[in-house]
Amino acid sequence: MLSLCRATGALVLFAAQAILHIFTPPYYGREILRQMLRIGYFSLPVVGLTALFTGAVLALQIYIGGSRFNAEGVVASIVAIGIVRELGPVLGGLMVAGRVSASIAAELGTMRVTEQIDALTTLSTNPFKYLVAPRILAGVLTMPILVAVADTIGIMGGFLVGVNRLNFNASTYIANTVDFLQAGDIISGLIKAAVFGFIITLLGCYHGYNSGRGAQGVGTATTNAVVSASVLILAANYILTEMFFSA
Amino acid sequence: MKPKIELRDVHKSFGAKHVLRGVNLSVQKSESMVIIGGSGTGKSITIKSILGLVRPDKGEVWVDDIRADKARGKQRDALLNKFGMLFQGGALFDSLKVWENVAFRMRRRMSANDARDMAIEKLRRVGLGPDNADLFPAELSGGMQKRVGLARAIADDPEIIFFDEPTTGLDPIMSDVINDLIREVVVEMGATALTITHDMTSVRKIADKVAMLHNGVIQWTGPVGDLDTCGDPYIDQFIHGRAEGPIEALR
Repeated sequence: MLSLCRATGALVLFAAQAILHIFTPPYYGREILRQMLRIGYFSLPVVGLTALFTGAVLALQIYIGGSRFNAEGVVASIVAIGIVRELGPVLGGLMVAGRVSASIAAELGTMRVTEQIDALTTLSTNPFKYLVAPRILAGVLTMPILVAVADTIGIMGGFLVGVNRLNFNASTYIANTVDFLQAGDIISGLIKAAVFGFIITLLGCYHGYNSGRGAQGVGTATTNAVVSASVLILAANYILTEMFFSA
Repeated sequence: MKPKIELRDVHKSFGAKHVLRGVNLSVQKSESMVIIGGSGTGKSITIKSILGLVRPDKGEVWVDDIRADKARGKQRDALLNKFGMLFQGGALFDSLKVWENVAFRMRRRMSANDARDMAIEKLRRVGLGPDNADLFPAELSGGMQKRVGLARAIADDPEIIFFDEPTTGLDPIMSDVINDLIREVVVEMGATALTITHDMTSVRKIADKVAMLHNGVIQWTGPVGDLDTCGDPYIDQFIHGRAEGPIEALR
């Protein structure tokens, strides 16, 4: 219990320091762009495929479930709402947590072990500004874009199954998707994505930066980053959903 | 004369392990001091205490007129600008090309082209051709990585240069090349140098003065020429590499 409190305190202090460095110069624009590419662009295939199959399965399941009480017609709207509010950000977040959080933890952990982080300090460069702040900022800025693309692909997955497999009329499907989707659904999903981007990059940086010595230390840091980011995403998702839709 | 670097009664512990138990050391301007001592005696911690990478539990660290262990913010930035450091494993940034590593500090105040030209000049200074500038560190041999590390350490003409085990892992010929380079750049630049090593060939080549660290304190310090005649039993055992003597060897 005591070690949990200590770890939570250390993480909060790390996050506070990271946020402070995001808003104070110097800024490393090239590093931010590089991380945005790495987090956003290179995660697109895995997040896109996840969204495509999730949308497709969702359409099938809603159709099968809905047919029990003659509600097959709600497939398009429920696929859209389900993807945009929940499955897009959460599944996208979990996939990115597996890919990016692990990669950040492994990279920073290796830099710690090989004294590259100490080298940054001796070169008058604050490691928080150069390593941590650009990654967190890139995560927060990129995840909403990534999830917006994933939402579109997920809805398209549902559309493909709806039209080709379940014989829905294409224009009716699209009309049902657009008509039932509200701005609040989209905005809440994108805010969730930004929060998840913060969690993923923060935990990757935290575990990597504080990595133990040797290959085992880096391995442990990587595992801890993925596990803690995944659990925190699910916990944060519940809290955010309560905040957005409890009224 | 006021020392360039001075450590006064510096203590540092990690849990129950007392690494430094009151280190006192003075390094004069433009002097090349080498700290010798067995593995795990706290040589690296001593250097890291000066750089502020490790905070001493007790004692004072002075660099010029600045209390280095208390320096924060802009004062610490100004202090760090005086230093260059060659790390034991090179500590080159994997994601950056060789020239970007060398020019890392200079990139802030000059264009990419100027920084690249400057980096190529520094690489030439350590015996590496311009064809290496666009390689990544992983594409270089261990000896070449040390040279790039050395080029990065001297790139901004620092007042103080630290060398952490500069010849570890190198063959004897490459070790001699690195020792010569270190001596040359230190003499040429007039920099104050602090080296930690247990390679006695390096000590004799690089040092003006030698300090022996054992049991968390400086056991002996003096000119390199006095090493063989000082009569200190710790020095005598260490420089002759004997298992028998006051320094306990684990068996």
